[in-house]
Formats: sequence, structure tokens, C-alpha cells
Amino acid sequence: MSEVTLVDAPRRRIECTVDDRPVRVGEGDTILGACNREGIDTPTLCWGDTLTPKNACRVCVVEVEGSRALVPACSRKVEPGMVVRTDTPRVRHARKLVLELLGSSVDLSTTPRVDEWYDRYEADPTRFGEVARTVAQPAKVDNDLYVRDYAKCILCYKCVDACGDQWQGTFAIAVAGRGFASHISTEYDVPLPESACVYCGNCIEVCPTGALSFKVEFDKRADGTWAEDRQQVTDTICPYCGVGCTLSLTVQDNQIVRVGSPHDSSVTHGNLCIKGRFGWAHVAR
Amino acid sequence: MLAALRRGAKLFVVDPRRTSSAQWAHGWLSPDVGSDVALANAVAREIIHAGLADGAFIDRATVGYAEFAASVEEWTLERAEAVTGVPAASIRELAHTYATAEHAQLCWTLGITEHHNGVDNVLSLINLALLCGHVGRYASGLNPLRGQNNVQGGGDMGAIPNRLPGFQDIEDDDARAAFDTAWGTEVPPTYGMHLSQMFDAMEHGDLRALYVMGENPAQSEADSTKAIALLQSLDHLVVQDVFFTKTAELADVVLPASASWCESEGTVTNSERRVQRVRKALDPPGQARDDVDILLDMASLLGHTWTYGRPGDRRSIAEGIWQELRSLSPLHAGMSYERIEALGGIQWPCPDEHTLEPSFLHGRLWHDDPAERGRPAPFSVVLNSPPVDALDDDFPLRLTTGRRLDSYNTGVQTGRFSSPRRRAETIDLFPADAEALGVLAGERVRIVSRRGAVEAPVRLDTGLRPGLAFMTFHFPDEVDVNVLTIDAVDPKSGTAEFKASAIRIERLPVPAAAV
Repeated sequence: MSEVTLVDAPRRRIECTVDDRPVRVGEGDTILGACNREGIDTPTLCWGDTLTPKNACRVCVVEVEGSRALVPACSRKVEPGMVVRTDTPRVRHARKLVLELLGSSVDLSTTPRVDEWYDRYEADPTRFGEVARTVAQPAKVDNDLYVRDYAKCILCYKCVDACGDQWQGTFAIAVAGRGFASHISTEYDVPLPESACVYCGNCIEVCPTGALSFKVEFDKRADGTWAEDRQQVTDTICPYCGVGCTLSLTVQDNQIVRVGSPHDSSVTHGNLCIKGRFGWAHVAR
Repeated sequence: MLAALRRGAKLFVVDPRRTSSAQWAHGWLSPDVGSDVALANAVAREIIHAGLADGAFIDRATVGYAEFAASVEEWTLERAEAVTGVPAASIRELAHTYATAEHAQLCWTLGITEHHNGVDNVLSLINLALLCGHVGRYASGLNPLRGQNNVQGGGDMGAIPNRLPGFQDIEDDDARAAFDTAWGTEVPPTYGMHLSQMFDAMEHGDLRALYVMGENPAQSEADSTKAIALLQSLDHLVVQDVFFTKTAELADVVLPASASWCESEGTVTNSERRVQRVRKALDPPGQARDDVDILLDMASLLGHTWTYGRPGDRRSIAEGIWQELRSLSPLHAGMSYERIEALGGIQWPCPDEHTLEPSFLHGRLWHDDPAERGRPAPFSVVLNSPPVDALDDDFPLRLTTGRRLDSYNTGVQTGRFSSPRRRAETIDLFPADAEALGVLAGERVRIVSRRGAVEAPVRLDTGLRPGLAFMTFHFPDEVDVNVLTIDAVDPKSGTAEFKASAIRIERLPVPAAAV
């Protein structure tokens, strides 16, 4: 193997304590970064590794000594000497409640790892009535490429940020309405084909709950043929232009069923365009 | 680029059409199609006259400055405005912004190269970079943005008529000797033909058999009526492709191939010279076979046994071929498959396994030691040369062709996915031009060039400049736009002048039923 190591610009190191362990992190790192470094598993939903923290979901909250309120681990930067606790009764109670409130209002059935977190924090969404009732609504199927199933939307804003100023610069969607009526919407709620959407699918890439999904996946889930145990993911390079985006092809039964892109790719950081994301029908069987 | 804009970078877009990139730009310059050299020379003159040229860099690292400076002297801002149609103040602003930026890049695509003087267009941009020292430094330079995923790699691997793998000159005896030894044969010491020369040779009867791999020249060549006739005149045509293309329909033998990007193993090289791994995710359908297997069988039938890697192991076979390339191409010598995979791709040059070179080229030009600095970079005297297909009273409109976001080239691949953004081919006209012609949006018209005619509905586009029309070439089965384009080629690059055809618009007779 090569002896080359790629290093970031040098940063001052900061010492803090996480769950009684001394941890050294780089200046500017978040508490979540420190937890990940220590192998302390922290639930996150609205946080995205390629996006600015939005502090919307509060499922990652931790206790910081001297802080009156719990703080979101995903956005709070580590300070020298900071004492962080991630598994106190107060933290566990907050995470349990966040999960229960989300689960009672939103369909989390396709949210990765959520069942594991329910168990870990002994969360029972049915305490607040029928599960996933508040935002229940039919999925919006208005094109052949992807589906918007807002019954699964936790309003984390990641799709809005990916579509707008943080990546794509298209601004096809935003949060509309107030209070319980808040929802992600195109301009005037028009169907996608009439909106500014360019079908880059970068919103699907960052969606944490499966509210946004490939039409193929949506249809397969609907007819019961979605089988993750028969899927492999293979990284290759997009066949179209000269940018050279890495495509992570999820293949089930010799068919592409989903296309992603590695978020740590130096070429496009998980972002694609319509051709890379959806332009593979020519190799469909 | 959007990320750079958010961090405070400035963007100037030079394009006859107001593209979506232009919507983000600090300045949009819309030159008349085919006046790029006039614009570049005027920018150069302004930089020189404003005292913004990097004299120290020019003295140390370049040659030919005096002749170049004299040659652009005639390109005053006023004259450039008259020739290009770009306001003098905009040219001045671009010149000053470019020259005074700490880092600046010139990026271009086919709007620069698909002209009969495409090479001159590029040379005129190189002049600007040399003038300001915007080359050979981090975040500065000249970036041809490649339009196809492996057009860089294809050239690097020697799939061009004057180069051996590793971009080594075929006329270089030492380079050729290494290949002679490795391959146990004598590599012909002369340049081959590029695509346009091949069509010329077909026309003169010198080229009688053609083996086409993964290209659809029956629809992608300029003046396609002529191209198809020449393909039909061949004694023998072999087409190896993923699809039964229009070119394949003309073939004597068709070899169904696998899709290299997801049914095979290997590498491609992107615009930033990054060699990246392509991997097999799907089994090819039916009788489709891997390109490598087809070529190995072809070699075998011609009496050569080529063995690479472990039989049946696609990755191993691809890696075996790659190892041979590494042994012959100093640019790629340091790129093992392991290392390419670990680093997410490696940019050439990469001469050894222990280092990575800077991501930019030509850093030597800044070296203090003249020996390390090496051969100085030459300025070129470039003259403006308008498009071959001149406008006149019979053909008064300028047609330029290009792509739309959701489609790709002749649509062989993208025609098969259901894009909500796709609309059928149109002839895009500037509203005032359409009004003068008396045609309405949606009206089907006949578009006539000196070579042929097609029909398409009118679409109005305020992002065009007056006198300019636009069509794509994505739907050749419905509207074969390359019937209109001219096959005037750049003598150095062999690229045809797709970007500049002279056309007229004719109204169709009103159907009897509608009268």
C-alpha cells in the first residue's frame, strides 16, 4: 500500500470529557464528532454529514455540565474542558420522548435503526395515541422517478437545504404553512413536473426517513418485493459527463433499484444530477 | 462552482445563450457565435494596456510575448464590441477581474472546441492564462470540462491517432521502442487518422472497412446524410455496441457488448485527470459480452494469445491489463488498483507508488531554477476567423447545437428513462426573430441549411441573442439535427463546426383541413 496520507489543515487540539473519558478532538469539532470518535453511538435524524446542522429533531441531545438545557450534540462545538454526558436519565428521557412524539405523528417504518432506538430508550409511541396519525396522508406520486411520501416526513429540512443554498441551488422546495400545517412543498404546491425540480435526487440522498424514495423502491415496497437481503451495493463511475461522480448502485435480482453516491467523495460529496441518479433505464432488464 | 460562489468567488459566463450557469454569474457576456478569438484578443489587449499583465512571469516562463502583444493591438474594446456584440464595458470588466484575481480559472466545453478553428480558440485562452500567470498554481489554470465520462481516459490510453498509451507521441522513437519490446511487434511510426480524416478517406475510397465501438456516427456526425452514405459505401462495417444503434443497422457484423460502466471492470479518467475504478454491478443480458473478451477473441483469431489475470475473474483480468499499462506509461506508474480504490481515484501524473503530485499541472513554470523551469510556454498569435457556414440573405440565422440537462448526445442511453423534464426537439428562436418571421410558439416550421432540412416546432427563448437559434441533437430519430450541421473541421483537432450553421426558417403550408 501507499505511504501517502492525506491530512487536513492543522488544527488546535481540544481536550474534553465524554462519559468520564478524556477525549481530544480538533478545534471546531462537534460533540457528535467526539462521540463518534469514542464509539459512543448517538441517534441522529436531522443531522447530515454533508449539511449544516439544523437542530430540528433533538434526538441527539446530551448533557453538558454547566448548561441549563440539554444541548444538541450534532451542532454544539466542543470547548476546552467541556464535560459531556450522553447516557444520563435526563438524556435518556429526552431521547425517549423525542422518539415517541415523532413516532406518534410520523410514519417511521422505513427509518433506518429507529426500532433499535425505541428499544434502547424504551420508547412507546402509542402512549400518545395511534402511531403516525398526525401527518398521515397519501404519497405524492406525480412522476416516474421518485415519490414524496410526506406521511414519513419529520420536517428535518435536509431536503430543503440540499435542494437550495447548500448544494443544488435549485430551490424547488421549501417549508410552507404554519404549526401543524407546516409541510415541505413546491411553489404553490404544484406537482413536481410543474415545479423547478431538476430531479437531481440530492434530496433523496439526505432524507433520513424514506419519505423521499425512488419510484422503483416505492413500488417494490408496495407489492412486497423489496428485499434488502437480496441487495448488494457496488460503487462505480457514472457513464455520462466528464465530472466522474461515483455511483453506489443498489442491485436486487440483477436490477438497479437505487442509486446513491458516497458522501465522502471528493468529486461531488454525494450529489448527482438527473442522468446519474435516474438515467440507468438502458441497463434495466 | 456554486460552492465557490458561496465562498465569494466571482463567475463570468461567456456564452451566446443565457445558460443556467449564466443565471448565477456576476457577468454574462454573449458573443456572436464564432467570435471567441476576437473576444479573447480584446481581453488580452485590455490587460496589457491596463498594465495588469504579469511581466515577471512572462519574462521568466514564456516565449513569443512581443509578437503576441503586437497581434492583439488591433483588438480595441470598440472593435471587439463591433465584432462580438459584447459591450466594451463588459469586456473591460472581465479583463480587469480576471487579471487582478489572485486565483483564476478558465473553464470551457464544446462551445470553444466545436469550431473549424477550435484549436485557435483554445490557444487564445492559453494566451490569457500566460499573460496573467494564472497557470501552474493551485486553484488557477485552464480547465477543458470534458463532455463524456472517459474522453480524457480514452486519449490517455492511446485511443487517438497520434499517441501511445500514457499520452506518449507515436513519433517518439524511445517511447515506441518500449511498446515494441513489451508487445513483441513493431508499432507503426506514423500518426493514424482521426474520425474526420477517416470519413475523408472513405470518401476517397482509401478506407474500405471500419470497426466502430460504442459510437453512433450515423447520427452524431455533422452532415449526417453524407456520413450515412459513406458508412453504407464501405466494403465491411463492424459495430460493437450496447445497443442496436442506427450505425449498427448499417453494419455487416454486430457484436453485442456489455455496458462498461456497470457490467464490467476497469477504470475511467474524468475531467480533472482522476483515474477512477469502474465496477461490475450487473450481469450483461443475453449474448452481450465484455468488450475485453471480444477483443481477446479477436486477437486470438488474428493469431495472438493475450492473457491477463485469472480467467473468468473480471476484476483480475482488468487489473492485469492495467498492470501492463502501468509498466508502459510513466504517468500511471504509481497507480495500483489498491491505491486507486483507497484514495477514491488518483490524478495523473503519478510516477511512483509513494507520492502524489499536486492536483494542477505546469507548476514547473514557477520554478526559480531555469533548468527546473524547463521549456518556456509559448504565446500564440491567433487570428479571428468567422464560421465557415457564412450568413447571407438565403441563410440569415445562426444555428448552434447543444445538450439539455436530462439528455445525453444522440439519446441512445438517456432516451430510455422517463424524464419529467424532457420535451421533444424544438427550434428555439429569439422572440423578436420569430415575430419578424411571422411564426408562433409551437408552430411547426421547416429549418433549412445548405445541406439539408428538418421540421420542428418553434419555442421562444429570451435567453438567446437576436439572430441566434438553438437545437439539441438528442432526438435524431424524430428530428435529425445533424442533417443541418456542417462538416467543416478544424485541421488540427479534427472536430467539426457543430456550433455554427447558417439556416433559414420556412413556414409550412397550412394543411387544407385547417383553412
